[in-house]
Amino acid sequence: MTRIFSAATFASVIALTAGGAFAQARTDLTLAMQLEPPHLDPTSAAAGAIDSVTYSNIFEGLTRFGADGSINPGLARDWEISEDGLSYTFMLRDGVTFHDGSAMDAEDVKFSLDRARAEDSANAQKGLFAGIETVEVMDPLTVKVTLSAPNGMFLFNMAWGDAVIVAPESIETIKTAPVGTGAFKFDSWAQGDSITLVKNQDYWGEPAQLDRATFKFISDPTAAFAATMAGDVDVFSAFPAPENLPQFDADPRFNVTIGSTEGETILAMNNKMPPFDNIKVRQAVAHAIDRQAIIDGAMFGYGTPIGTHFAPHNPDYVDLTELSAYDPEQAKALLKEAGVEDGLKVKMTLPPPSYARRGGEIIAAQLRAVGLDPQIENVEWAQWLETTFKGKDFGLTIISHTEPMDIAIYANPDYYFQYDNPEFQKLMEDLNLETDPAARSEMLKTAQTTIAEDYVNGFLFQLPLHTIAKTEVEGLWVDMPTQAADLTGVYWAE
Amino acid sequence: MLRYTLTRLLSLILSLAAASVVIFLAIEILPGDPAAMMLGVNAQEDTLAALREQLGLDGTPWQRYSSWIGGLLTGDFGISYTYRTPVAEMIGARLQVSLPLALYALGLSTLIAFPAGIWAASRRGKMADIGVMGVTQLGVAIPNFWFAMLMVLVFAINLRWFSAGGFPGWDAGFWAGMKALTLPAVALALPQASILARVMRSSLLDTLSEDYIRTARAKGLTRAQALWRHALRNALIPVLTIIGLQFSFLLAGGIIIENVFYLPGLGRLIFQAISARDLIVVESVVMLLVFAVVLVNFLVEIAYAIVDPRLRRA
Repeated sequence: MTRIFSAATFASVIALTAGGAFAQARTDLTLAMQLEPPHLDPTSAAAGAIDSVTYSNIFEGLTRFGADGSINPGLARDWEISEDGLSYTFMLRDGVTFHDGSAMDAEDVKFSLDRARAEDSANAQKGLFAGIETVEVMDPLTVKVTLSAPNGMFLFNMAWGDAVIVAPESIETIKTAPVGTGAFKFDSWAQGDSITLVKNQDYWGEPAQLDRATFKFISDPTAAFAATMAGDVDVFSAFPAPENLPQFDADPRFNVTIGSTEGETILAMNNKMPPFDNIKVRQAVAHAIDRQAIIDGAMFGYGTPIGTHFAPHNPDYVDLTELSAYDPEQAKALLKEAGVEDGLKVKMTLPPPSYARRGGEIIAAQLRAVGLDPQIENVEWAQWLETTFKGKDFGLTIISHTEPMDIAIYANPDYYFQYDNPEFQKLMEDLNLETDPAARSEMLKTAQTTIAEDYVNGFLFQLPLHTIAKTEVEGLWVDMPTQAADLTGVYWAE
Repeated sequence: MLRYTLTRLLSLILSLAAASVVIFLAIEILPGDPAAMMLGVNAQEDTLAALREQLGLDGTPWQRYSSWIGGLLTGDFGISYTYRTPVAEMIGARLQVSLPLALYALGLSTLIAFPAGIWAASRRGKMADIGVMGVTQLGVAIPNFWFAMLMVLVFAINLRWFSAGGFPGWDAGFWAGMKALTLPAVALALPQASILARVMRSSLLDTLSEDYIRTARAKGLTRAQALWRHALRNALIPVLTIIGLQFSFLLAGGIIIENVFYLPGLGRLIFQAISARDLIVVESVVMLLVFAVVLVNFLVEIAYAIVDPRLRRA
């Protein structure tokens, strides 16, 4: 009996050890995020959640963003730019197929670009394609795009999620059953709960290391905390409750990374509405703001102070925070100079995100300390878009601009903060025509300085990206140069 | 009985018609353009116009109302603005979570409340009664979302017996589905059970003091026998009313619980649809909920008549 018992024990020990030695690293991953995409067509909606799921994973463009924000070859392996900067000839990769098995060729590229810029197009970023004059198919693997004017941003624009290559054969069902060329295939969608992708076995490039990736949608911050703590999700991208971060940091099961995003959070001012049409008042507001107090109070200490509308992780970024350093005495003096009476009521509109609602309260208190009296009005997103953004009926508002490289919005005098500076507009026009990197860098620096010196808006902080992941998960993006949860390089360390 | 049923049916139809007008008008005056919501801050005017046309948002309110109602009557709930899938399909999928959840919670609540209420009533003034009253007082006072979070903390985060939320779908199996619905159902059921138990108790005590019970007792029945044979049936009317109300509340009112447990149910659908200005979904879901409430009321009224024949002539 003893012998049998010990033999059995021995066998099971062997089995266990063997099991341990041959254990495979996990090949499935559950990534949670706050918002569920409304549908899965990145080329016809502005919802960032669509890109989070599909960018690089399902759909690819001619060029693509790297984790550091660089522009890399995508479906185009190479390109040539004509001397005059007007035509781009893209050489496509050979042997790329869509998930339905059909080949990806020059016709698909032409179809995608023509569809995006068509008159009845519902592309949310139609402006990216505005300069395209013609798209010609030279041969199955070569496409020539001719622009009406040189555009130094063109390759950058083609890396956006809104510019991905789609096929005419599967365009009808793209919203619910997307077919792309990426390393993952769409598998299923349990609406309201999760979307599942599976590995694309026929991928043209470096294959994904995960066999299965599930995106789970958890909007409530408390639920996000519970799900992550309970181990239900492996990764939480853009974790919504910064107050819980120290707890995860202290837990050996998790890695917390704090990256940067493209989100410039600003206190926007209505440059056409008194008293903000006076630069002295705008300057006073800028000096009245204590950025660190806002970051501490509204963001639990997370966020990088900015002094202009530009991402600090960008190589061309200039630190201009000193131009609007916290100086309430100077703010008071400036308001007096501008002839603003003490306690002047101004309208401050706050959209729903907590950075705006919490930040707004703090800013209002800081402005009251120097003699302005903001009247806070909390609004929903739809209302904000309608009255503040479109209707321009506001004095102050707080918002994070998350589009990559969007300093050109300051060249549009009709944009909601209504900054009208012909010099700046000229500078942006010239920037578009300029293709020399050094010259472009200089111009971008000038642009940053111009808007900071004109105190167009109060520049607050760059929105941070908090990611919580189980410690064994490797290969996630730390920063978010575009809205994406790129899983193509993610794997489980053993 | 037939006349009673027909009158009730007519009032059901009138309520629905009135509700549809109110819902449509209320949602029409909500500020916010669904097309602008979907296309965001970089949208161009012609893109917005193109999308509005695709969504059928460019008709007059009257045209939109009549096409909405016409669709509802033929079972066509329209296409969701944001998801771009048929609304009927979405509601169907969400009902697969909300309906079992509501029934599960209602079942739990009745299962707890009936014995507790009867027990307390039959032991009036004794320790059992005081205990039940105390516990139910607490159950009514505790907000269900707080209780839900407490359960998540204990059973999901510390003990790891349950997931913190989510729903694997019925494809994953009946038990997996039930397991996912257990914590939410308990969280929903607890306050309901407390209310129901209290109503059950007081209703029973009321009937126990009626003349016919005294007659029954005089004929030699014990208090317990009188309770089971005569009082219980008559005490059911207020209890039925509460159960009816609770069912519609559970179907619609799981919004907070569905958010705490991130369940893909109707409550969460309506929450998302409102913030995305997906008007057609909001209209249809609200209409469906109104329908559920009115229908449940109707059934409760029919049930009254069955329990108490005197009502049939009313």
